[in-house]
Amino acid sequence: MSILAKEAEIIEEFEMFGDDWTEKYEYIIDLGRSLPMIDVSLKNEDHLIKGCQSQVWMDASFDGEKIHFKGDSDAQIPKGIVSLLVRVMTDESPEEIVSTELSFIDKIGLKEHLSPTRANGLVSMVKQMKMYAIAFQHM
Amino acid sequence: MNSNTLNTASTQSKNQFLVDELRLDFPILHQEVNGKPLVYFDNGASSQKPQRVIDAIVNYYSQYNSNIHRGVHHLSQLATSAYEQAREEVRAFLNARETAEIVFTKGTTEGINLIVQSWGRNYLKAGDEVVITAMEHHANIVPWQMVCEQTGAILRVIPMDTNGELILEEAEKLIGPRTRMLAIMHVSNALGTINPVKKLIALAQKHGALTLLDGAQAVPHFHVDVRDLNCDFFVFSAHKLFGPTGTGVLYGKKHLLEEIPPWQGGGDMIKSVSFAKTTYAETPLKFEAGTPNIEGVIVMAEAIRYWNSLDHAAIQAHEADLLSYGTSRLKEIEGMRIYGESDNKVAVISFLIEGLHPYDVGFILDKYGIAVRTGHHCAQPVMDFYEIPGTIRASFAFYNTRAEIDRMIDALLVAKRMLS
Repeated sequence: MSILAKEAEIIEEFEMFGDDWTEKYEYIIDLGRSLPMIDVSLKNEDHLIKGCQSQVWMDASFDGEKIHFKGDSDAQIPKGIVSLLVRVMTDESPEEIVSTELSFIDKIGLKEHLSPTRANGLVSMVKQMKMYAIAFQHM
Repeated sequence: MNSNTLNTASTQSKNQFLVDELRLDFPILHQEVNGKPLVYFDNGASSQKPQRVIDAIVNYYSQYNSNIHRGVHHLSQLATSAYEQAREEVRAFLNARETAEIVFTKGTTEGINLIVQSWGRNYLKAGDEVVITAMEHHANIVPWQMVCEQTGAILRVIPMDTNGELILEEAEKLIGPRTRMLAIMHVSNALGTINPVKKLIALAQKHGALTLLDGAQAVPHFHVDVRDLNCDFFVFSAHKLFGPTGTGVLYGKKHLLEEIPPWQGGGDMIKSVSFAKTTYAETPLKFEAGTPNIEGVIVMAEAIRYWNSLDHAAIQAHEADLLSYGTSRLKEIEGMRIYGESDNKVAVISFLIEGLHPYDVGFILDKYGIAVRTGHHCAQPVMDFYEIPGTIRASFAFYNTRAEIDRMIDALLVAKRMLS
């Protein structure tokens, strides 16, 4: 499934929440809980995206064709958003990841978590995913 | 979340009537955030401004805005006189001896950097020691680390205990003949602890060291008398004292300010300039290079006049009530851990709920219109000491109420349910 198709799928899932923030965030918190734990050995400085408020860890591997992302956060709401970012970006080619402009975060009303002032590591995570893709493109 | 209507006499502070009236002075408090009445518990970061302070900004720009000190024209004289009147207001506020001891700065951070660069860089030698505490704000750590690197001086740190209090026996061992400067916070921003600064200052002076107090978190809560404390330098910011941002004060004993060289060069700080030699103005002007924040300084004076008009016995009693009521209500929540439990603290409560990340809690509180600060509060060594990533901090001002605390407790219970 393409990045665009996955984004559309998530936007549709979030449409059922309407204006009720509690249901939406309970769902995000649940997403975070079901995100497979990142291996403890990967929770080190090399994989850390330091935020002022919360921290995000990310790992990427490349099988020659597609990139596979894993992520984690020490806070639950960011972790739920990490799980959405991983779902959209993982198992895609470096070219597709580099060229994509994510729009789903804005459309499902989570943009505030990706504003630089939140300092939760999520903005840097999206950047970092693209950096990995650029690096893998040249391997 | 309708605890406002549940208020009974038993859940009110004795000074509720006074507080209801004072709240009317602060227009920003009367608004809704995310559909709920705003509860502003982030006063430690920046306090709100009363209407007369807001009006003073407009008055300055609409009536006498002009550059100071160099103009003979009418507006310049009005602005200069208001600016210098502000210096007198600050002098009286701190009980300093003379206005020459009051230097206007951008804020607490700049005040510390000024002393570090002007005094530290010129007077510290390799092997000299600067003593700070384990609970300092980064603003009173990093500048000293920089100057220690530049001069070879050594930074020593007075440790604290788990209550969030400095360990005085350790301080007595650390402060000695090699100590050149004791630079410590009067009140901890992360924990609320009021440090025994008078004792520590006396100890440092016994060894001939200079002393600097970071008073940012002290002045909004209680009266500070620099002559009684006998500190050499005292710094604070106007914006935590119900005044504007970008303005602050460095107090220094006159003979010290006369002795140390200026930090920044430019206009207003000179007596005469030629390419061969420049002579400097006297203190305080030699430390105020360039056009200062004229409006900020004048408006800060208005904030001080407002502060002076308050019934301090009543608001201190009210803040003490908020602290004890807030602490006991928070402790009703299972898994609550409060950081900073000194008997001697201002109305600041730093806490965590077991298993809950501050970011998540802060976000959910915001949905209920409640503003708290989450994170390390620019005091990472304090967080490292407790081995936590950060805390949730509710910092109160005199305009806060028990009813607002009740609303925070209700919202915390929602957060707890959602996150566990």
